[in-house]
Amino acid sequence: MELDPILLSRIQFAFVVSFHAIFPVFTIGLASYIALLEGLSFKTQNPVWERLSRFWVQVFAVVFGMGVVSGIVMAFQFGTNWSVFSYTSANFLGPVLSYEVITAFFLEAAFLGVLLFGRDKVPQGIHFLSAIMVALGTFISSFWILSANSWMHTPAGVEMVNGLIYVTSWSEAIFNPSLWPRFFHMGIASFLTGAFVVCGVSAWYILRQKDTDVHKKALSMSLWLILIAVPAQIYVGHAHGINSFEHQPMKVAAMEGAWETKTNAPLVLFAIPDQENQRNRWEVSVPGLASLVLTHDIDGEVPGLKEIPREMQPPVAIVFFAFRIMVGIGLIMLFFAIAGLVLRRKDAYLRTPWFLNGLKWMSLSPFIAVLAGWFVTEVGRAPWLIYEVMTHSEGITPSLTGGMALFTLIGYIMVYAMVFAAGVYYLLRVIASGVLSENEIRKSQSHQRPKRPLSAADADWEEEHTS
Amino acid sequence: MSDPVFDLTIIWAVIIAFGIIMYVLMDGFDLGQGILFPFAPSEDARDVMMNSVAPVWDGNETWLILGGAGLLAAFPLVYAVFLPALYIGVFLLLAGLIFRGVAFEFRFKARSSRYVWNWSFAIGSTVAAFAQGAVVGAYIQGFAVADFVYIGGAFDWLTPFTVLTGLGLVAGYALLGSTWLIMKSEGDIQDWAYRITPWLLIAVLVVFAIVSVWTPFIDPFVADRWFSGISYIWLLPLLALLCAFWLMRSVHQRRDGSPFVATMGMFIFTYLGLIASKFPYVVPPDYTLWDASSAHESQLFLLLGLLFVIPIVLVYTAWTYWVFRGKVKAGVGYH
Repeated sequence: MELDPILLSRIQFAFVVSFHAIFPVFTIGLASYIALLEGLSFKTQNPVWERLSRFWVQVFAVVFGMGVVSGIVMAFQFGTNWSVFSYTSANFLGPVLSYEVITAFFLEAAFLGVLLFGRDKVPQGIHFLSAIMVALGTFISSFWILSANSWMHTPAGVEMVNGLIYVTSWSEAIFNPSLWPRFFHMGIASFLTGAFVVCGVSAWYILRQKDTDVHKKALSMSLWLILIAVPAQIYVGHAHGINSFEHQPMKVAAMEGAWETKTNAPLVLFAIPDQENQRNRWEVSVPGLASLVLTHDIDGEVPGLKEIPREMQPPVAIVFFAFRIMVGIGLIMLFFAIAGLVLRRKDAYLRTPWFLNGLKWMSLSPFIAVLAGWFVTEVGRAPWLIYEVMTHSEGITPSLTGGMALFTLIGYIMVYAMVFAAGVYYLLRVIASGVLSENEIRKSQSHQRPKRPLSAADADWEEEHTS
Repeated sequence: MSDPVFDLTIIWAVIIAFGIIMYVLMDGFDLGQGILFPFAPSEDARDVMMNSVAPVWDGNETWLILGGAGLLAAFPLVYAVFLPALYIGVFLLLAGLIFRGVAFEFRFKARSSRYVWNWSFAIGSTVAAFAQGAVVGAYIQGFAVADFVYIGGAFDWLTPFTVLTGLGLVAGYALLGSTWLIMKSEGDIQDWAYRITPWLLIAVLVVFAIVSVWTPFIDPFVADRWFSGISYIWLLPLLALLCAFWLMRSVHQRRDGSPFVATMGMFIFTYLGLIASKFPYVVPPDYTLWDASSAHESQLFLLLGLLFVIPIVLVYTAWTYWVFRGKVKAGVGYH
């Protein structure tokens, strides 16, 4: 069997970036939550907020550390596997990606250390400010990354001279047409990820009746956030879809499973797309709805995949199903958001086991939804690496063989599996060790520790051996 | 493109060169702890070794990431040739760094599984150091490039010469590590560090000598630069040797800080000697700094942000080292 370096490199990139993405998508949301807790603590001086903040800072530290470790590979993978792409687009992508690194660098240098280790060394106001700056920093960092990514979907502000890309307008290139929908879609996704994880962990504690007083507060505030953020996300997601419909109609056609160009196009609820025969099997659809959703006119025209030759179509089934997984999870989230509101009466949500157990499992849902969403947008861009500028096969490293790509793919899977297993194991121990009481907080204050993310968490690796 | 008022390429070359030597010196001594780890006299010594670098190692490694991103922005040809040419080596480097990175965090938390993280730290550090040394060797060798694209094979970078430079850097980082340990430890552990330092120095000097003799045969350009007439660049190896002599003397006199400073001096002058050998070729044998550089406006756009951030990072780095100055005592870790 001939090993295809392009396919293997794409799998490797998808693997590494998916693995990496789950950490920042959580830390971005969590950082804002911590900033909020610090703000409440600063304003009300109620010790509950500080206890909650201390607990979630520990979780933040471990996840942030894992994100940094898994992110190292990202900085080099563009060059090892996609060197022609990197070289061609370096005039734009180089500075933009570097700004992301600089932001992270600056953030870590100035404020992360204070947030993680400075609580008892600096005035409370400064600590609060550091929490805000860390939260802000995570957003600026994601802004640069999403700018680079959006530009690959909707390139703007550049010209091609002798096979190299030159920037003609930095503002047009950075603020390219799909940046804002993507940024807000991702930003709200991060909030939802943070909120659902906080909900799930709080629900778990409440079910086990451990530190219920603090976790009740955390659950309540996260449920309010979810109630606002889920509908907002549905709206922004729709806007993002309209944006893609305008700039990348074939991606939307793959999401919809639309083969023929139609007016009064039906919305396909379920089908098995058959790319071989360019049609759907077992299709269940609602007439006219796709036209209404996408063009806001029941007789609007929705282009189908047959507009372009088969080899220029994205892999339809992956995009089609990933999209349905994302939307499906969104609808379940909406259900929990509304259930949370209904159960507010007489605080019933704190005593409803199916709801609490459901939230426990829902803490995994945002990660799946986010990954599914990224699969929609990234696979949906295929065969383009930079949309309508460069294909995957044009951007690949020419000297890369299938064997080399397979070697590193297996290698990264093994490395990440080990690191991930150790990290998740440790994270669960941090969560299991729970929230400190006010007494324990006072005791721990003389402890001197180095300034690194993971060491901010203080749970033991194994059970204490008693002898 | 707009007419450059002044040449940013040189400024960028200085920034990247500065970043590389910062990385080599700083991550060098903490990788060195990992290389020396299996040979440490006791588990207590390992605690001290790890604690001595624990507060600073991740800051040291961020220079590497900044270097990677900076190269893509300022010298994309370097990025787009080195990484494909060193494909397998880059993987080993990153895997090594990941394993040693997590070992820092998990070793202190582990009890019965501690030996796993000891080996993870030792092997990860050694592999990463070797891979970096091989990169230097591959740079001296040059790359098969046609029309700005690497066209060589997967293992072109792995030759007897690059194996030698790889081993050389392992020895060099171990030397940085042992002299750092002299500065940061006391008692038995410091005695051990004093004992191994001369042997490591000998290993480094042997590799240094072989590489120096070998290089002009590999690359006629280097031979021409060094031997076409009397040149002030001859001072550089001379100064490096002077530092080696100073190191020997200060170890003999059992000084605390000067062995480490002398070792840094050896590294800096050797590094300058390497630059002097190859300048202005960054993708040898054919491409210079100017061939490899990105567009003027791209270099300018990033430079503005960098000039703002680098001083802050340097101040913060200095502050961290200041906070954690002094000896690390056995049994009294930061944990």
